[in-house]
Amino acid sequence: MQKSLHIDPGKCTGCLQCEMACSYDNEGAFNPSKSRIKVFAFHDEGRFVPYTCTQCDEAWCMQACPVDAISVDAATGAKVVSDARCVGCKVCTIACPFGTINYNADTGKVVKCDLCEGDPACATACPTDAITFIDANWTGLERMRAWAAKTDSGAQASA
Amino acid sequence: MQYVVVGAGPAGVVAAETLRKVDPAGAVTLIGGEPEPPYSRMAIPYMLTGKVGEDGTHLRPAAGHYDARGITVINDRVARVDPATKTVVTESGASHAYDRLLLATGSHPVRPPVPGLDLPGVHHCWTLADARAIAEKATEGRHVVQMGAGFIGCIIMESLWERGVKLSVIETADRMVPRMMDTRGGAMIKQWCANKDIDVHTSASVTAVEPNPAGPGDKLVRLSDGTGIDADLVVVATGVHAYTEFLDGTGIQVDRGIVVDDHMRTTVPDIYAAGDCAQGRDFSTGGYDVHAIQPTAVEHGRTAAMNMAGIDVAYQGSLIMNVLDTVGLITCSFGRWDGVPGGDTARVVDEGAYRYMCLQFDGDVLVGALSLGRTDHMGVVRGLIQNRTRLGPWKQRLMEDPNRVMDAYVSLSQVAGT
Repeated sequence: MQKSLHIDPGKCTGCLQCEMACSYDNEGAFNPSKSRIKVFAFHDEGRFVPYTCTQCDEAWCMQACPVDAISVDAATGAKVVSDARCVGCKVCTIACPFGTINYNADTGKVVKCDLCEGDPACATACPTDAITFIDANWTGLERMRAWAAKTDSGAQASA
Repeated sequence: MQYVVVGAGPAGVVAAETLRKVDPAGAVTLIGGEPEPPYSRMAIPYMLTGKVGEDGTHLRPAAGHYDARGITVINDRVARVDPATKTVVTESGASHAYDRLLLATGSHPVRPPVPGLDLPGVHHCWTLADARAIAEKATEGRHVVQMGAGFIGCIIMESLWERGVKLSVIETADRMVPRMMDTRGGAMIKQWCANKDIDVHTSASVTAVEPNPAGPGDKLVRLSDGTGIDADLVVVATGVHAYTEFLDGTGIQVDRGIVVDDHMRTTVPDIYAAGDCAQGRDFSTGGYDVHAIQPTAVEHGRTAAMNMAGIDVAYQGSLIMNVLDTVGLITCSFGRWDGVPGGDTARVVDEGAYRYMCLQFDGDVLVGALSLGRTDHMGVVRGLIQNRTRLGPWKQRLMEDPNRVMDAYVSLSQVAGT
């Protein structure tokens, strides 16, 4: 059974340990600006919302890539960027309707969540279980998928 | 079923792959007009800077990709289409019968009527062959004049600049990238380029290119204001046009591109069109237009292929969107970035920091956007526009600070209703 990240914003305290863990694990530095998961703060509502790529079936980023630099990891289901092939054209960054693939000007490549090869550092670091890594069927991804389907131009969902 | 796909760019390749997926028994032939494996023109600038080799431009780098899918790839140029006998004839004289034909021939560069563009050392930057010729001449310290500072021109400009040439750019419009940037943004891009020692002339045109044996370049480029600029190399990037000339006499209707309906069908039975050559449905206007962008090409290719295979898919229209890196200054544009009648506009600009964000609303729905100097989470602009998300209280918040688009999206999609 493939697993996916489950995010429960109600449990998030805004401690940002997920951002620290992600940037350290992937970029080798404690630098939240390099994190692939972001915690959005809504102070008026008193809410914190961790947010990252849902590894959506539509894979807008992968479909839009002109040089086949994004592929599906068969083991985890994650859509993974090949640094060797990415030319840094950034088309994926405007094609992804979730805004979860971004350009890193330091490397000239795009970055996105790759589920840390099946052991996501953000979920391990989260002290309140706001981020967990569980069976895909349990995560209530349907809401995000519904959003994805609405963005569809016609052909994508049924292809 | 015999499928023939003409054109081996992204639209053609995605269509061929989709045909194979949805009709495993069909015969799929992909005809590419250049003597190369199917490749991405978009990647050419990165080949010019050495970021990737030629193989880095290939659309599908895996060895045997097409063979493994039973897609026959032919390198030949299509000379004509004969709907009466349902055949495609190539320049080599070969004839290919089709039951369903897809035209995905892309576009080709426009050569303006300027004397001297037939001199040696004047090139488009369109094909891999062009890129090889430019790479040979655009070496450090050489004088290069680029005609055109549109979207494609700006991308090429960056790779020329990175190669260390002395670069002048001539644009006839009053600003750079006029089709994806407003006056304010265009002026900021021009200033950014000036700071990088690129000599940009807007509202100027090239009147002639002349031999100039005295040098320093071997050519002199004359401008409408009387200026003369030395050039070893002239790169012509003054626009592209849908490649449809070979269809003359077929009865296939061509306007700005090949006219298609919402099933990507042309006006002749069993012939479809996709990608840069097709005038397809536009999400924002509901009309039909040539987009000439990668995401639209891929959507067209997939939609056309499914309909060719008998799966009824109506195309909802694609959103025009662009992202451009002009020597390090990144700009994006989406949909109706120039606004709609009766709509509202939110702008925040910091010229010194080269940051600009502009949102266009129709009621409380986002319909277009421009950004300059930011890259993070810009995809949500597409999501918000294409979902026609009702922004509710976020409309006013975005009017006050348009930079909060990601906050708006996360709040509306993840918090509301939880």
